[in-house]
Amino acid sequence: MELFFNPFDNLVCILLGISFTVWFTLLLVFIIVPAIFGVSFGIRRLYMKTLLKVFESPLTTAAAFSYDDSWATLRIERGAKEKNHLLYKPYSNAIIAKEPTSLEEEIKEIRRSGSNKDLDSATEFELSDIFYFARRGVESIMDDEVTKRFTAEELKSWNLLTRSNYNFHYISLRLTVLWGLGLLIRYGFLLPLRVTLAFTGVGLLVFLTSVVGLLPNGRMKNFLSEKVHLMCYRICVRALTAIITYHDSENKPKNGGICVANHTSPIDVIILASDGCYAMVGQIHGGLMGVIQRSMVKACPHIWFERSEVKDRHLVAKRLSDHVEDKSKLPILIFPEGTCINNTSVMMFKKGSFEIGATVYPVAIKYDPRFGDAFWNSSKFGMVNYLLRMMSSWAIVCSVWYLPPMSREEGEDAVQFANRVKAAIARQGGLVDLLWDGGLKRAKVKDTFKEEQQKLYSKMLVGTQEDRSRS
Amino acid sequence: MGSSSSSRNKIPNAQELMHQTGFSSAHLLRLHDRFESLDRDNRGYLSPDDFEVLGGLAMNPIGGRIIEAFFSSGQDTVDFSSFVRILAHFRPTDRNRNKEGTQQELPSSRTRKLKFAFQLYDLDRDGKISREELLQVLRAMLGLQVTEEQLQSIAERAIQEADLDKDDAISFDEFKKSLEKMDIDTKMSVSFLK
Repeated sequence: MELFFNPFDNLVCILLGISFTVWFTLLLVFIIVPAIFGVSFGIRRLYMKTLLKVFESPLTTAAAFSYDDSWATLRIERGAKEKNHLLYKPYSNAIIAKEPTSLEEEIKEIRRSGSNKDLDSATEFELSDIFYFARRGVESIMDDEVTKRFTAEELKSWNLLTRSNYNFHYISLRLTVLWGLGLLIRYGFLLPLRVTLAFTGVGLLVFLTSVVGLLPNGRMKNFLSEKVHLMCYRICVRALTAIITYHDSENKPKNGGICVANHTSPIDVIILASDGCYAMVGQIHGGLMGVIQRSMVKACPHIWFERSEVKDRHLVAKRLSDHVEDKSKLPILIFPEGTCINNTSVMMFKKGSFEIGATVYPVAIKYDPRFGDAFWNSSKFGMVNYLLRMMSSWAIVCSVWYLPPMSREEGEDAVQFANRVKAAIARQGGLVDLLWDGGLKRAKVKDTFKEEQQKLYSKMLVGTQEDRSRS
Repeated sequence: MGSSSSSRNKIPNAQELMHQTGFSSAHLLRLHDRFESLDRDNRGYLSPDDFEVLGGLAMNPIGGRIIEAFFSSGQDTVDFSSFVRILAHFRPTDRNRNKEGTQQELPSSRTRKLKFAFQLYDLDRDGKISREELLQVLRAMLGLQVTEEQLQSIAERAIQEADLDKDDAISFDEFKKSLEKMDIDTKMSVSFLK
């Protein structure tokens, strides 16, 4: 009988077979098994240190200084950085300096410079008053606090990702080669690895939670469901090469409480859920997401709403409070901003979750932008596109701080409580605490703000009118 | 590739714009970034609702008028050149520009600034601020915080003071005259960071 196979082909097959086996074994040993048991070999941290050395090398920081120096505005000293404390770097791309003067001061100033009348009698309307409003208006066209929160943060030195390359011009061949190498590593090696892990993680989650769901309700079921959830989330964490540092774990949320955190991307869920078990809250989606949601809820009680139910605030509040009252159920995880913010600030918290009266466990999440931008700009990228970008970045490095629990105090209403929690989170994460509504990303600002301005101005003018009529 | 061609190339007529507005290339680039971030759907132009989402503008009593200043010639879109030309009004006045006739007047000159402010009042662009127009602006700036009578008396006083030829309206020259002592430069300029 003649051999149909060329012996060379045979060899190739054997080699392929061996390499696949080796690959999967390595995967199993170094990634999946540690994920199951929640231990870590420290490979990711080593990787992170190496990357940092590359980013901070003279080669890439040279890129930062090749700008036209007339850009330089608020130069931030990148001073000593503690390993565990990612310091917040304020925005460096301001174009204008806004003076923090009040309406009254400014208008008086304008009038004083323009008229030679006695100042006391000159607090009446002047044609020049419009200058103040015009200038303020144009200032906000050029630079406003809100819009810049919804675009990704800019970096001071290049991290070898083309997508973060805004103003860096061509520097040198060496840098380009380095970039090319980085591209190869990221797309050729890391991306396939991560996609494999992601599929494994999600597949296992769906499968195992369905299996656990078959068990009768009881301690065993809860125990297993916990283990299963944790394991699968840990695999997903490794699928993103997320290097997370948890601080103050003694404040981790307990049953019957609500965990609130600032929201930057859908990955926040994975990050928090890989360190503790939570009951998720959200709308039921179709497709793959829906499948995952439906199987998760078999193993432990998450709170999923139909689209129609989401609008009904009372229904939502009732389900949430029923859940927290049952002490055997897991703490609820909620993102009160309602939308993804670019991780330089915290926007207004929606008061719904603060009205329920349960203990609130605030959590602050801060991403390190040098390794990959985790912000999900939902108007620019769809979910799949976003995940691919995440998986082809270097890594996701972030810090999570568990803050001490807070409860609503006497005489404090839900909005004040929400603001208090927000301030605590902003302070811990080094984020700017804004009172703007995250919904400003899409909707218009409320008229109350305009009224405030009108009130201030009219007080200046009308106050004097009354005096005049009295005299 | 790792390199990206100079972003100056993204801006059409960059040299011309710099010449006409007086913005430096760095500022122009920065404004272009700003334009692109306001242009959320990446259409290459802005429409009124791109401005309306700006919180600072929406809470500004004359926010609507400022937005209209960008769309003055009846169009409902504004491209980058027009965007920059309007913003150029708020550059500090260059005192050292030589006065030879060949230089065209910059938008940041005193007269042009005054003209811009005048047009915020003069909605129908007929060259005069009528009593009605003044009332409208006052209503915008004061909202519901004052009564109709108070509004009328404020407008009355303002017109009496500025209206020199007694035609019950304020022309541009009268406007200029009433503000001749004012330091327009600092009051109508935005402080650009170097």
